[in-house]
Amino acid sequence: MIKTLDKGNIGELLEVVQIFPSEISSKLLEMGLYEGKKVFVRFKAPFGDPIAVQVGDYLLSMRKNEARLIEVKAVKTT
Amino acid sequence: MKKFALLGNPNTGKTSVFNRLTGLNQHVGNFPGVTVDKKTGILKHENQEILILDFPGTYSIYPHSADEQVVYDVFSNSKNDDYPDAVLMLVDASNLERNLLLFSQIYDLNLPTILIINMSDIARKKGFLINIEELNKYFPSTQICETNARVGIGIPELKDKIIALDVSQENKLKLIENYKLIELNESEKQEDEINLRFNFIQKVLSTSIRKNEAFSTNNISWLERLTTNSIFSYFIFAGILLLMFQLIFSIASLPMDLIDGAFVDLANWTSSILPKGVFSDLVSGGIIPGLGGVLVFLPQILILFFCLGILEETGYLARAVFIMDKIMRPFGLNGKSVVPLISSSACAIPGIMATRTIPNWKERLITILVAPLMSCSARIPVFTLLIALVIPNKYVFGVFNLQGLTLFAMYFLGIASALLISLILKKLIKTREKTYFLLEIPDFKAPRWANIFISLFEKAKVFVLEAGKVILAISIILWALASYGPGDSIEKQVSKIQKSSLENEVKEKKIATAKLEYSYIGIMGKKIEPFIKPLGFDWKIGISLITSFAAREVFVGSMATIYSVHQEDNKGLLATMRNEKNSIGKPVYSLATGLSLMVFYVYAMQCMATLAIVKRETKSWKWPIIQVVYMGVLAYLASFIVYQIFK
Repeated sequence: MIKTLDKGNIGELLEVVQIFPSEISSKLLEMGLYEGKKVFVRFKAPFGDPIAVQVGDYLLSMRKNEARLIEVKAVKTT
Repeated sequence: MKKFALLGNPNTGKTSVFNRLTGLNQHVGNFPGVTVDKKTGILKHENQEILILDFPGTYSIYPHSADEQVVYDVFSNSKNDDYPDAVLMLVDASNLERNLLLFSQIYDLNLPTILIINMSDIARKKGFLINIEELNKYFPSTQICETNARVGIGIPELKDKIIALDVSQENKLKLIENYKLIELNESEKQEDEINLRFNFIQKVLSTSIRKNEAFSTNNISWLERLTTNSIFSYFIFAGILLLMFQLIFSIASLPMDLIDGAFVDLANWTSSILPKGVFSDLVSGGIIPGLGGVLVFLPQILILFFCLGILEETGYLARAVFIMDKIMRPFGLNGKSVVPLISSSACAIPGIMATRTIPNWKERLITILVAPLMSCSARIPVFTLLIALVIPNKYVFGVFNLQGLTLFAMYFLGIASALLISLILKKLIKTREKTYFLLEIPDFKAPRWANIFISLFEKAKVFVLEAGKVILAISIILWALASYGPGDSIEKQVSKIQKSSLENEVKEKKIATAKLEYSYIGIMGKKIEPFIKPLGFDWKIGISLITSFAAREVFVGSMATIYSVHQEDNKGLLATMRNEKNSIGKPVYSLATGLSLMVFYVYAMQCMATLAIVKRETKSWKWPIIQVVYMGVLAYLASFIVYQIFK
């Protein structure tokens, strides 16, 4: 099953698999969400939307609509 | 003069660096043909002057908003007037990876560059160690400079480097061979390029940066949780707003009264020293009150922007926007619309100026268009007078004061209408720009006061010059229309009153009334009477509606002039208005007329200062005209319905 970033739990370490093609895919890429980037959801707004995602060294907030465009997979923590 | 561009991602401290380099030698203009501010400043160092051009913050050379488009337009065309001789590229030391993307693109444009690594102290605290020499090996033609612009560290060295930079260098080795900017419509090629660049940047960082801590998914801090994560975040936000409004209304009222009083005194003084005549009337009746009308709003605007400046500098504002987005979205608004709408309940002018933080044009436009529906402080004197006139001072259910309830209802009507109209505009306004919400949330930090004060100064300047021009011009026109009438009709009336056997004081007031009644505005008031009769208004109210276009609170003063009572004497005005009878002997100010008039003031766009600001912010007369029309139609229909129901 394909997992997208909006389904990420808070604190769960994830890795970007791909950005689905859309009008803002290049924008998401520019924000540092390239393939293989490690990310995790740091917190969510009171209604669960938008979400704040730690992208490497900075915090990026996005609506669930945007998060849905980002395929991720869980990273096995050793 | 040599021209240097200042470029960088948002939140890298670009404003701090720009302010440090140029001080108050700044000028805000705009890029040709677009609504984007162009900030230029002059760096003076060692007897040399260099023009610094501050570009909007952007993450990549390829644009996703009107602001970013400017960067692409300038850098894709070396013939562009704003094409720089060199680029100062600012990057955030704790976030080099994303920041270097834009730098690597600019580097490949063959422009001389200085790479400014800012906030390296914070980065060091976070456990980053940057090896500058190693980094320089990957970008051999650039000069690297470390700064901490918030406290001024590294700025003198940066100035030295800027002065010494050789701007003639060319044909350096590019990171991507034969790189040329990709056309805007080829987004797939852009993505390929960005992927390529991130691969390269990862290689750069693997040898030039050392990180002491591993990437951890640690829990968030209590402050973060409190301001963003729990239901308490809304209470905190509401508390901050309440405090802000307390400040605006309590602190601002004193300087506002002083300014108001000073201009009244000034007008009296000029009319006493200038020889009687048209010029004296123009100065003391038109120009000085017009200027006063501009400056009286300044205290509120400054306090509001001061508070917002603190919230922004500390990083709180991004979090407030974050929690409000979900609530605003169904209305076609953005989380970022919250600040402008709240500001507008003090005054729509700073509110509309605050919409600049909304990146999406459609959401920004809707916010601008509905902002004047929030009941501003200029409506308070109007509501107060009318409520006292037609609403009985009674209690319902033992606790609610009927007059207070009416005032609350007017405020509520404004807010509800703003949201409802947003919903309609959302359906009507078409745009190709897709709406999205991607907002970087900066770390909490202490505010830098110099940034707040420099931006306050800029905002005050823009307000006084831009809005001031229009307010002053229209004040003078309104003065002329209210002072002159066709032929000698005014003189005839005046001499008729002079000849009568009234007391001198009464005579003077009667003359003032007659002057207004037979002036062009008086005639206009009578002309529009048939049109406003279905709303329950007579020609006297018509006159006040027209003069209110200068500013809503002028209504009270006009009423006083029309009913020949002293302006300061609200009780006298109330009594006179209460006794006013129409042709069939019924009171003019019935409940129906009073309510209808209040509703009219909730909706009608009677503020030319706001119109001037809307014109400035949208860079065209189209939107202010649309605003006048839609709000006017709304006012007319709502007043009509209210009057017909309560009649």
